[in-house]
Amino acid sequence: MKSVFVYCEVENQKIAEISQELLSTGKKLATKLGCPLEAMVFGSQLAGIQGQISLYGVDRIFVADDIRLEPYRTLPHSSIATHVLKQEEPQIVLFGATSVGRDLAPRLASALNCGLTADTTILDIGDHFVKKEKKEYKDLLYAIRPAFGGSIMANIINWDQHPQMATVREGVMKKEVFDENYTSEIVEVDVNSIVKDEDFVVKIIERHIVESDVNLKEAPIIVAGGYGVGSRENFERLEELANLIGGEVGGSRAAVDAGFIDHNRQIGQTGTTVRPKLYIAAGISGAIQHTAGMQDASMIISINNDPEAPINSLADYVIHGDLGVVIPKMIKFYKANAK
Amino acid sequence: MRPLKIVVLIKQVPDTRNVGPDAMKPDGTVNRGKLDTVFNPDDLHALELALNLKDRIPGTEVTVMTMGPRRAADIIRDSLYRGADHGIMISDKRFGGADTLATSYTLVRAIQKLPSYDIIMGGRQAIDGDTAQVGPQCAEKLGVPQVTYVEGIISITDDEVVAKRRLSKGVETVSSPLPCLITVHGASPACRSKVAKRIMQYKYARTNSEIRPNDGFIKELHSKRPYLTIPEWGVEDIDADETKIGLSGSPTKVKSVESIVLTANEAKVLSDSDLDIETMIKELIDHHIIG
Ligand SMILES: Cc1cc2nc3c(=O)[nH]c(=O)nc-3n(C[C@H](O)[C@H](O)[C@H](O)COP(=O)(O)OP(=O)(O)OC[C@H]3O[C@@H](n4cnc5c(N)ncnc54)[C@H](O)[C@@H]3O)c2cc1C
Ligand SMILES: Cc1cc2nc3c(=O)[nH]c(=O)nc-3n(C[C@H](O)[C@H](O)[C@H](O)COP(=O)(O)OP(=O)(O)OC[C@H]3O[C@@H](n4cnc5c(N)ncnc54)[C@H](O)[C@@H]3O)c2cc1C
Repeated sequence: MKSVFVYCEVENQKIAEISQELLSTGKKLATKLGCPLEAMVFGSQLAGIQGQISLYGVDRIFVADDIRLEPYRTLPHSSIATHVLKQEEPQIVLFGATSVGRDLAPRLASALNCGLTADTTILDIGDHFVKKEKKEYKDLLYAIRPAFGGSIMANIINWDQHPQMATVREGVMKKEVFDENYTSEIVEVDVNSIVKDEDFVVKIIERHIVESDVNLKEAPIIVAGGYGVGSRENFERLEELANLIGGEVGGSRAAVDAGFIDHNRQIGQTGTTVRPKLYIAAGISGAIQHTAGMQDASMIISINNDPEAPINSLADYVIHGDLGVVIPKMIKFYKANAK
Repeated sequence: MRPLKIVVLIKQVPDTRNVGPDAMKPDGTVNRGKLDTVFNPDDLHALELALNLKDRIPGTEVTVMTMGPRRAADIIRDSLYRGADHGIMISDKRFGGADTLATSYTLVRAIQKLPSYDIIMGGRQAIDGDTAQVGPQCAEKLGVPQVTYVEGIISITDDEVVAKRRLSKGVETVSSPLPCLITVHGASPACRSKVAKRIMQYKYARTNSEIRPNDGFIKELHSKRPYLTIPEWGVEDIDADETKIGLSGSPTKVKSVESIVLTANEAKVLSDSDLDIETMIKELIDHHIIG
């Protein structure tokens, strides 16, 4: 059936943020195409899970509920998803570009012999004229993604081997409830008839998941530090400033690699994408992989002792100076002037 | 334990970490000629993990394999210098323009030509395409389990490997039966350096198409030391179906490419003087940006 499908990640009865973002985007695509939006969710103890999914305007939810499906493992999830997608033949399938989505989606694309666009940041619907065939293909998925370290945006399409699949980067799409009272049809997947013993040969021995308490994505203000901050201790001054003005602390990868700040606070291409109202970049040079994750901030302040630092070209305020001097002054004058 | 056969998938990539202003052509396409090529960073980590197993398990053999243009043989030599036993070059014009589906098909056809394998390793992702898709797609086509984002191998027995995985929100330790495919995360140990003795030994390792007619000395050396000839496989050598390789085997097509130019806006440039900082803070408070 012509439809848009979203693979929803679930853990401990909670649908992942990214999946809610995908459902919101999926709804827009489905509306443009005039087709239903469908979801699949595989996990354990999922009774009532539709409460977190239907409101995005989902017409059908495929639920596979089995103790062996959580935590996520590649083989059982890919067997079930392959089965559902072969049966339903959707036009478009979306996954999060997470450690789960990027593990599962390519395995599925191989099994279904279809195309998969990685790590997209923009999705749209449009047409394409294929010169060789002298044929116009209507209503294709435009899967737009950064590549070459973020220096280009490529629009990738696939007109002949459906479904059209894409993984989507976390935190880029907006979460939007469609209708609180939307009702979905629930389709229970018969897990036992699909999975085989071989699907369980990989065993999880130990698992540590840090339910991160940082929410960079939602933070209105981010004080980010780079390698130029110099040490973990110096980062405490950034934290002080962030706490004072109601923001979160973030960092560049060089700062993370140097151990100044935790990995879950990394901003950029391989970290979190943020769009706060104010972004303060202290001691960050502005490599393209970093700016890819923060260039949509409404206002940017760069503090750098190099007047030529590339990040300055994005900034609204460029403070040319030593951050060790500037940050304490910002703290001081904020305290003096805040109402 | 028994010796293992390990295949490491390696890719030569443009050095996207140092993209300069001239890396893009005016029409927005990538000016590959202006970018240096490097050994894909994650693949070096994969090679290290393989060489580490070779250190631990006597008799283990490490074969590196790459699909790419002729000059990609550079990274095969680089691997031999660091300790790999063999290298295989998959090169044919018809493989060009492959997306990840066609790439994985091609690599798998080549892997299936090998007498046996216990572990296939690759990098988590390549820094140009950045998809991280080739590993899982090869695993599916080989019908073996995949263990992605590995940062270390904890233990290995004749028929099982236990590895630690780095996830976006934590870590996981898993066991998988052999054979399996492992993709290696950059958080794993860096690759060992090239060994001077091995550089001497493999300096003249070449694929046949790299040897020019007047390279008489190299030709002679190769006939005396066959291990210097890097096997080079084309479409027919791996019995590939032409509809599944290169551009024609690739469902994803690039419709258009736009280069990202950082737009310069007019910034207020300030010094670190009390006056400048206090003025800025007051402006931010007045405009309700902070406070
Ligand atoms: C595939 C890939 C993915 C990547 N993903 C990311 C990502 O997600 N996020 C990310 O951030 N990076 C990422 N990177 C790394 C990126 O390329 C840069 O290496 C990194 O962003 C540099 O961090 P930095 O600006 O903190 O460090 P540097 O480039 O070392 O810059 C330090 C800056 O601090 C300034 N400075 C030094 N001392 C002071 C001082 N006392 N006062 C004021 N200024 C000072 C210097 O002038 C300089 O501008 C990625 C790279 C690759 C290849
Ligand atoms: C701008 C741009 C965007 C692209 N977007 C997509 C896309 O969205 N979807 C898609 O299917 N293709 C895409 N491609 C094509 C893709 O880059 C190529 O198929 C490439 O050959 C393999 O993908 P990768 O570089 O992403 O590798 P990854 O999947 O990131 O590589 C993972 C690992 O696989 C191994 N490996 C990969 N390629 C080879 C090789 N040639 N030889 C040996 N080992 C290898 C290495 O161990 C590597 O570390 C894109 C290409 C470009 C230039």
